Amino acid sequence: MSGVIGLSRRRFLQVLAGTAGALVVGIGESYADVPIPPAMLGDDFGELGPYVRIDRDGNVLIGARDPDTGTGTATALPRIIAEELDADWTRVSVIPLGLGVQARDGKPVWTYGHQRSGTGDSIPAAWADLRQAGALARWLITQAAARRLGVAADRLRCEAGVVITPDGRRFPYGSLVEAASKIDPPNAPLPLKAPQRYTLVGRPAGDVDARRIVTGQTRYAIDAHYADALVAVLTQCPWADGSLASIETAPALAIKGVVKVVPIRPEADVPPGQTAIAPAVAVLAENTWAALRGLAELKLEWKPAANSAAEDSGKIEAQAIALLDTDSAPTTRVRDDGDLAAAGRKAARRIEATYVQPWLAHATPEPMNCLVRLDKDQATLVVPTQAPQQAWAVVQRLTGLAPEKIAIEVPRVGGGYGRRLDHDYVAEAVMLAKAVDKPVRLMWTHEQGLAHDFYRSGTVHKIKAIVGRKRQIIAWDQRMASASALTGRGVAADRLWSSEVGANQLPAGLVANYRSDWYGLASAMPRGPFRGEPHVSNAFAVESFIDEIAHTLREDPLTTRLRLLGEARQIPLAGGGMLDIGRLLNVLKLVTDRIEWKNWLHNVNGMGLACWHIDGAYVAHAVEAAMHGDKLEIVRVACAVDVGRVINPLGLGGQVAGATLDALSNALNPAITFKDGQVQQQGFKDYPLASMAQLPNDVEVILAPNDRAPTGASFLAMPSAAPALANAVFRASAVRVRRLPLMKELLRLL
Amino acid sequence: MPLAQAQGLPPATTGDITPEPVREGIDLTINGERFRHTGDPLMPLLWYLRDVLRLTGTKVGGAHGEGGYDLVLVGGKAVSAIKRPMAELAGARVVTVEGLASADGSLHPLQQAFIDEDAIGCGYCTAGWLIAGIDLLTRKPKPSDDDIDKLPNRCRCGCQTRVRRAIKRAAGASA
Repeated sequence: MSGVIGLSRRRFLQVLAGTAGALVVGIGESYADVPIPPAMLGDDFGELGPYVRIDRDGNVLIGARDPDTGTGTATALPRIIAEELDADWTRVSVIPLGLGVQARDGKPVWTYGHQRSGTGDSIPAAWADLRQAGALARWLITQAAARRLGVAADRLRCEAGVVITPDGRRFPYGSLVEAASKIDPPNAPLPLKAPQRYTLVGRPAGDVDARRIVTGQTRYAIDAHYADALVAVLTQCPWADGSLASIETAPALAIKGVVKVVPIRPEADVPPGQTAIAPAVAVLAENTWAALRGLAELKLEWKPAANSAAEDSGKIEAQAIALLDTDSAPTTRVRDDGDLAAAGRKAARRIEATYVQPWLAHATPEPMNCLVRLDKDQATLVVPTQAPQQAWAVVQRLTGLAPEKIAIEVPRVGGGYGRRLDHDYVAEAVMLAKAVDKPVRLMWTHEQGLAHDFYRSGTVHKIKAIVGRKRQIIAWDQRMASASALTGRGVAADRLWSSEVGANQLPAGLVANYRSDWYGLASAMPRGPFRGEPHVSNAFAVESFIDEIAHTLREDPLTTRLRLLGEARQIPLAGGGMLDIGRLLNVLKLVTDRIEWKNWLHNVNGMGLACWHIDGAYVAHAVEAAMHGDKLEIVRVACAVDVGRVINPLGLGGQVAGATLDALSNALNPAITFKDGQVQQQGFKDYPLASMAQLPNDVEVILAPNDRAPTGASFLAMPSAAPALANAVFRASAVRVRRLPLMKELLRLL
Repeated sequence: MPLAQAQGLPPATTGDITPEPVREGIDLTINGERFRHTGDPLMPLLWYLRDVLRLTGTKVGGAHGEGGYDLVLVGGKAVSAIKRPMAELAGARVVTVEGLASADGSLHPLQQAFIDEDAIGCGYCTAGWLIAGIDLLTRKPKPSDDDIDKLPNRCRCGCQTRVRRAIKRAAGASA
């Protein structure tokens, strides 16, 4: 017996009997034809998209659909299901679900719904649909118990994998699953648990993969291999859009173990939404060492295209600063509230500052890599990706296979930060597998990842504010220049600003006369999504500038912020939603209480503050910093966040501390520069991530949980970290850092 | 019928079996097991571990070991596996992250401390932290913050504060 509940127009909860009488419940697109991970289903199973399997021995297997790039979804998503199931968490195992795809009329249908990581929507999406999977499994088990015992189902209760009767008899789920799998599910979505009954959601849980990770057993994509696969390494053209001028392969082919040298040429007409690859030459060999030796023996000459040969990050920056100093029309006027000119007539003070931030690279710990096997009518891949559905599109275009004939496994991913939303490395691996007619395991080096990234563009912000006689900010005129991450990605010209600046970012909605202009810069350097953007670069400028206003007014920066925020109230956001000032005030209060902000003026160390909001989530940082000669010590960091309901406070705490440290690390040292069209950073030694010594010894995380629907949190704690530090540095050193990387600028100005 | 003939194999030429000559190589111990590397002596230990033995817990780092993702213990000291060619490892005792736990599955105190402190982001750099941390705890059973500051590892997920706590927890546990 099997059955189905309509969840929405095309998506259904499903239930089927598994091998050995297991109960399996999942969300699928339809009744049939859904491919299933064998690990989830056993061997002789019907077909559905599974999320939870309960075996007769009481073990529970839950599939995690979103890739876990260190964002904690492999723990949090199954906890959401297990909560509604009333599962015994100690009996739960989690497996990563690969891509779920089936075909309808030759087009792909995504079996598991949401499958994406690092874009802040995994938890909200799971909250919206995955709870039903757990609720259905529990309902079926309860029905089975009711029928067996002749007790009304509503008199039974469930607790940690056991059904309990009114007279206290206990029946483990495992004893009921075989009967449960034969019961027809109800026709409507089930009621969900009341929050006061939660035993897992809101309680701390360690990473489900922790033991496998500390024992070296977790397989990342880079660890996957087929015995008959060739190892491929490659070298790319040093210019973004150059080409191969000459190639001599004989010395490389003479290396023992080297099988073939394959030039990769960029394709013409890559469809929007897919990533163009760079010109490259690959060496394929029997092992990595032979491949790398072959690569070193290649004799290659590249030539730049006219477009890229003159690219110079210093010149682009100088042009941007000059551009913002003129009154030339912006590319897009993002927001224009009130009347700036009229406000100018009431000015008591005018304040102005320019902030410059460098280009940045993703510097993922796990290099780009991809394992691919192409059979006659089947492609099988292991891909470290944040977006398996987008990876699928690349494979489908290059192979022409039917949608369901492309299988993509996504093991735990060694960091994404936005880099793995682009799939150039998948395209390369597929092309190479076609070229050698063998499975291929492609691996970039870290150095290549740094020199051939989809960078975060450098930015320049010029902000002018007008302060009235009562110290209130009465006008805010912000100009930002950057090269859009969306250029060349099929996005309309009048939307290119949307990856660069937020229409609702602070202090929009709080200042009656507010203007935000964006100036698009031209650059041949590839750009792409970057963790926390556009919030991070804008928060640095805006939150530094508010601190500068406070200094100009000779007052406590908290006072300036509280005056700007005003009373707790709801402010409508452009495009829908509300900015809840009360929640922002709350995180500010939590963080200032923790760090004892009242001592800000008298603390021998400098103290700095910043806050931000992203899509209904709120964050504030307070930093205490000290200068010892020319050495900066980050003495204390406190961060308060309000993400609505907290699924896993331990995981969220880790995300908040981690995002804080990542943001500090990005602000302290690294920068990508390019000259004559070539990136100058050759390795991590030129692109220094922060050492333990540079970072604070602790991040004091304060969670402000409440009953609102959960929001994403993977990058929430990034935007306010660096400006809070820069503001603390100002109080500690009297040096205002308006240019990143912070350490370089601080040492220049000291 | 002789077995070889039954299996379609050519009959042995004489009654004597000639043993394959002993292959020259580099003998070393990895996680308590003995191995002989017979390939290119210049092959870095990292590729021997990952490609030949398929011990993939040791991760790929920078060309010069940047990031500390490829650290292993050689004679109890943390070294970068990409910087150590097999030729230098004759007789060496190598321990990788796979070899840190006891044979009965009980974890090294630092492994347990990483679990207890949830000191894991994406987990790619974790093996390197464990190796560097165990090297430190061996040299200095009660490391100071300054000692921990000197660890060479890098992490983009920002697990450093939790790693610091884990090292201190392990130092306390082994007291």
